[in-house]
Amino acid sequence: MELIRPGIFIDFMKYYKYAIALSLVVIAASLIWIFAKGFNYGIDFTGGTEVQVAFTDDIQTDDLRSAVAEAGFPNAVIQSIGIAGDHEFLIRTPTEGDTGYAAAKKIEDGLKGAYGKDKVDIRAVNMVGGAVSKELKNKGFMSLLIANGLLLIYIWFRFQFKYSIGAIVALVHDVIVTLGFFAFTGREISLTVIAALLTLIGFSLNDTVVIYDRIRENIKKTSGPYDLGNLISASLSQTLSRTILTSLTVFIVCVCLFLFGGSVIHDFAFAMIVGVISGVYSTVFIASPVVLAMPGMVQKK
Amino acid sequence: MDKFKLKGLLILAVLIVGIVLAAPSFFGKGELPEGYPGWKQKIKLGLDLQGGMHLVLQVVTEKAVESRMASVLSELRGQMINERIHYSKAVVDTPMTLKISLRVPDEYEKLERLVLDTHQYLKETNREKGTDGSLVLTYRISDKEAKNIRDQAVEQALETIRNRVDQYGVSEPSIIPQGADRIVLQLPGVTDPERAKKIIGKTALLEFKLVDEEASVTDAASGNVPAGSYIAYMKDGNQPVILKQQAPLTGAFLEDARVKIDQYNEPYLSIAFNREGGRIFERVTSENVGKRLAILLDGKVYSTPVIRDAISGGKAVIEGRFTMEEAKDLAVVLRAGSLPAPVTVLEERTVGPTLGQDSIRKGIIASLVGSLLVVFFMLIYYKLSGLIADLALTFNMILMIGTMSALGWVLTLPGIAGFVLTIGMAIDANVLVFERIREELRLGRTPKMAVEMGYKNAFSAIFDSNITTIIAAVVLIQFGTGPVRGFAVTLCIGLVWSMFTALVLCRWIQEWVVTYKNTDHVSI
Repeated sequence: MELIRPGIFIDFMKYYKYAIALSLVVIAASLIWIFAKGFNYGIDFTGGTEVQVAFTDDIQTDDLRSAVAEAGFPNAVIQSIGIAGDHEFLIRTPTEGDTGYAAAKKIEDGLKGAYGKDKVDIRAVNMVGGAVSKELKNKGFMSLLIANGLLLIYIWFRFQFKYSIGAIVALVHDVIVTLGFFAFTGREISLTVIAALLTLIGFSLNDTVVIYDRIRENIKKTSGPYDLGNLISASLSQTLSRTILTSLTVFIVCVCLFLFGGSVIHDFAFAMIVGVISGVYSTVFIASPVVLAMPGMVQKK
Repeated sequence: MDKFKLKGLLILAVLIVGIVLAAPSFFGKGELPEGYPGWKQKIKLGLDLQGGMHLVLQVVTEKAVESRMASVLSELRGQMINERIHYSKAVVDTPMTLKISLRVPDEYEKLERLVLDTHQYLKETNREKGTDGSLVLTYRISDKEAKNIRDQAVEQALETIRNRVDQYGVSEPSIIPQGADRIVLQLPGVTDPERAKKIIGKTALLEFKLVDEEASVTDAASGNVPAGSYIAYMKDGNQPVILKQQAPLTGAFLEDARVKIDQYNEPYLSIAFNREGGRIFERVTSENVGKRLAILLDGKVYSTPVIRDAISGGKAVIEGRFTMEEAKDLAVVLRAGSLPAPVTVLEERTVGPTLGQDSIRKGIIASLVGSLLVVFFMLIYYKLSGLIADLALTFNMILMIGTMSALGWVLTLPGIAGFVLTIGMAIDANVLVFERIREELRLGRTPKMAVEMGYKNAFSAIFDSNITTIIAAVVLIQFGTGPVRGFAVTLCIGLVWSMFTALVLCRWIQEWVVTYKNTDHVSI
């Protein structure tokens, strides 16, 4: 079985201007959402208490909000998590007043009073202090920077500097788009989401490296002058079926996690799904054109 | 034996070791059957999968320094009286400094010698004339000594908390220091986190102090507290009591604490001092017959019994209208000893047992569905080669589980996600190779040649692309905590093994097929 006809040549580089325009629009939209709406940071990054509660019956968010307010937390943020059949919610309470288990106990008692004793299951309680959340935030963003930096150096070392610029531009693209989706959908940014971002950086680069590897190989094979744009398009075409296959398997797996993995890894899977799609796109339409657009060395390495 | 066969045997050996190491984990939660041979350790589950409590505590080491300064000061006061150095004021100014006002400035040299001889770690940082003509001296504890006190406080807190957790009865707790002043606790299976937290976090400083019978509470309330005394409050009702500042006896001299029931069916604590404590107790009680002795816990007065007689034998009781649970927990805490400094909770995370179970179940379902889809897909797309890749994938999983259980690494819920993700990514190596082989076949190469070239040409792409993901994962291991780190670890192990299964195992099988089966085509 073959998805892509062998020997096919698609002149990807012919379209790269449109692609870059599209990317710029998406990135602009993402940034606007991020700055206008901001992130819905989880308690890992804001500090506070988070109570995860599951109900046996269908519960309306507004209804739950008033029940939680009656339990003594009028400022609590209520968020439905997981898929529809889970009946699971996150209740986030601010840092003042009762925190941690004490807050959880109050909420539990309040909800059991409102909905019935055996209908409510307190599944998890998380409390993160202010100092720790600041640390986690710093560490989270530092880790993204460090990972990007290390990968830049690695690509530089294995290929050429302009390749590493292309790769990093593609990575930043993927991260911004994914974060934009998080801002857009109001999903919570937690430690697990940062983990997903790092993973998709690794994965997206994985794609890029395979194509760069092919470009390098094709340059080696060529004798005499050549058109880099054509050569890149040829390399992309040759690896296209692999790019699609691998992304597809990872995509399938992430969708499975999204659908069946439960509420805790729901957002993780969501980030991966967005990232995988963006990753394939950026590999083909961002990472490679940037190499082409960079002035300088066209000669063999 | 030729090289090819030797290689096959080596691969087989690795796989067998992997199977042996991974096998116990496949029995799930159940016990291994009677007489199960070989490796018995199962893969360890993280708190998020088995349920339990994760606490990050910070030892307020500043307080340990401060209380040390207080005891240095009280020693110094005694020394100054002995040496006839007349001071008008001697206080702990900031946690790290003492302030002493000398009524007779000429006695400065005497004090200087005294400090130099007996308290070398105090350094004079300021000397000035006070308003009343006295000489005001500021002494600061040296940074080295302060650091020692801090380190000791953390070490002692760690020890005390370990004792308390042992007494409370948690199986397989993990209690480790982190950074300069933090302690991370992992307590699997704790069902009453609030209670556990109270037991662990209570300072539990037990003190015995004499009531200042000469002072009057009304005088004290208007701010007229005699020197060397202070106002404390009762645990119930908050009535004020005037106490002497000095505590002749503390929980440090305690040997045992038990819950007893009195004739009204109320629980109380019966405590026993060690030998030295017993002697001090006897001396204090014999010198103060008729006076009241206050029993304080963490600064609150629990009771103020009148001393009727000298008490020998080193036994005492603490009453305080406890509930049975309070009394039991207090006994645990007192037996384990007090914390050298208070602790604050920086982070608390609890996962209930239902969520843990649910997560395991859902994680397994997601993994199974995901991997079956990938396996099925590979089979359809690459036929026999796909089957070989599927076999490699299966062994990849087994080797991952085996490695984690052998090294005692913890499987967390994001770790399960890491497993599933590895399935998706590991297949990439196979896809790269197979696409190459197809290309080579299209160029008209023989099956044997195509397989060989396929593996050879795909190597650099596979290696580079895996390294990039591993770099990202290693950064994550460095920064991540708990579950997230579990994810990164799983991903790393998975990728490393995927290179083995895809590049070594698959290659060997495919080479065997094209070499020994004399096929004229590759099923790909």
